[in-house]
Amino acid sequence: MNHDGHVQPPSIVLRTEHLSRRVNGRLIVDDVSFEVGHGDILAVVGPSGAGKSSLLRLLNRLDEPTSGTYFVEGREFRDFAPRELRRRVGMVMQSAYLFSGSVADNLRFGPRQRGEILTDVVIADLLAEVGLPDFASRAVENLSGGEAQRISLARALANSPVVLLADEPTSALDEEAKRGIERLIVDVVRQHGLTCVIVTHDTAQAGRIANRVLLMETGKLKRIGPTEEVLSAEHN
Amino acid sequence: MQSTISSRLMMGLAQAGIAAAASMVVVLLARRRNIHFESELFIALVRGLAQIVAVGSVLVLLLRGPKWTSGILLVAMMLAAASTSSRRAKIPGAFQVSLYAIFAGAGSVIALMTSARVIDSAITALVPVGSMLVANAMNTNSLALNRFKADVQSHVGQIESALALGAGAEQTVTPYVEASFRASLIPAIDSLRSLGIVWIPGLMAGMVLSGAPPLYSAIYQFVVLAMIFASSGLTSLISTTLIRKHAFSAAEQLVLRPELPAH
Repeated sequence: MNHDGHVQPPSIVLRTEHLSRRVNGRLIVDDVSFEVGHGDILAVVGPSGAGKSSLLRLLNRLDEPTSGTYFVEGREFRDFAPRELRRRVGMVMQSAYLFSGSVADNLRFGPRQRGEILTDVVIADLLAEVGLPDFASRAVENLSGGEAQRISLARALANSPVVLLADEPTSALDEEAKRGIERLIVDVVRQHGLTCVIVTHDTAQAGRIANRVLLMETGKLKRIGPTEEVLSAEHN
Repeated sequence: MQSTISSRLMMGLAQAGIAAAASMVVVLLARRRNIHFESELFIALVRGLAQIVAVGSVLVLLLRGPKWTSGILLVAMMLAAASTSSRRAKIPGAFQVSLYAIFAGAGSVIALMTSARVIDSAITALVPVGSMLVANAMNTNSLALNRFKADVQSHVGQIESALALGAGAEQTVTPYVEASFRASLIPAIDSLRSLGIVWIPGLMAGMVLSGAPPLYSAIYQFVVLAMIFASSGLTSLISTTLIRKHAFSAAEQLVLRPELPAH
């Protein structure tokens, strides 16, 4: 609230305008426009093949939009060097895809690309944050699925992103590990002041962690708004 | 004289038929395991025979020509080698990469060895020895590109995870470049390693039959294999270095991905 007593809208961190991607003649992301404010957790839901993951890949510039654009903190994505954009827009994938070596090696990977060496203290803090203290020297081959996904999240956080993208990060986990990752995402978004876009096919999960939901179908944005509103409209 | 030539030609064709039949037996055995490459092998056999007979005929004419014709022949061979290699790889930009790699790899070794008089500059020596280097460079190049493509396509998740963390595109495929380089040189290394024990190459046998001292023939065979290794190694080193950038778009997006099924 400002000094006039008006509620300030959250500052927009991520904004897409008519974002589209065509593959083999088919529009897999079709004219999608939305905004995500600072501190928001936006869950992208929809049936399989709706274009949820394809949308997320565009936001990390792993794929190129065929038309339309998006802005990160007010700057068009093409104004960033791809590597700089990817540092600012961190991504956690469906599988952890940890690199061979120790947990600490994985956490150091992103900052090392820019010539930064993470200290042991920073690594210990990141690991404590994801609930895995004393894991720094562990070989990644010995981690469980849930632990690997936590390390993957810590690895993305080590880059100090402003936006965190998560592509079905719990789909390969058991129920307990899944709930743990959900709580962790909510916590780190809050603590780091991030903006998060999470893809999930599980509307119950969207209800647990997101404050806004974007529903996609056949590549198109069907509905977007507060979580309860979108999910209840969908159930009706 | 004429009847001797035609009877030898008939004998050669009969021998080619028997050798091709042996290849077809392999095809039949593979069929039993549901591995089908019948048409591929058939075309390769017919094409290989037609090509070698055509080149043999041209060689007969060229052997009487000036020395520079061997240069034209070798350049044509390198062009054909790059084309063959890139068609198999099916990677965007593979022809250009193969062309640069084979010209720089095989071409430079042939030029260097000819100027050092390791390869005789007479057409009868330069063309056959040079073609051996080109052919082996082509095989090595094909192995390297295919291995690279297979490794990249089976590690898309790891590569894109590294990209998503801000890694440089070419850096993300470094392990697969190294693996491709190593794997492509296995045949050349094994040939050197087993020389004289597992096999006695045709070149040495030919030299002995044509009256060269056996010991010199043996050493020259080693020379040829060492040259093959040098040209193949250089070709693979160049092609695996150059092909990296073709795996990515200008915006450092992985484009060498497994093909999606058509919807």
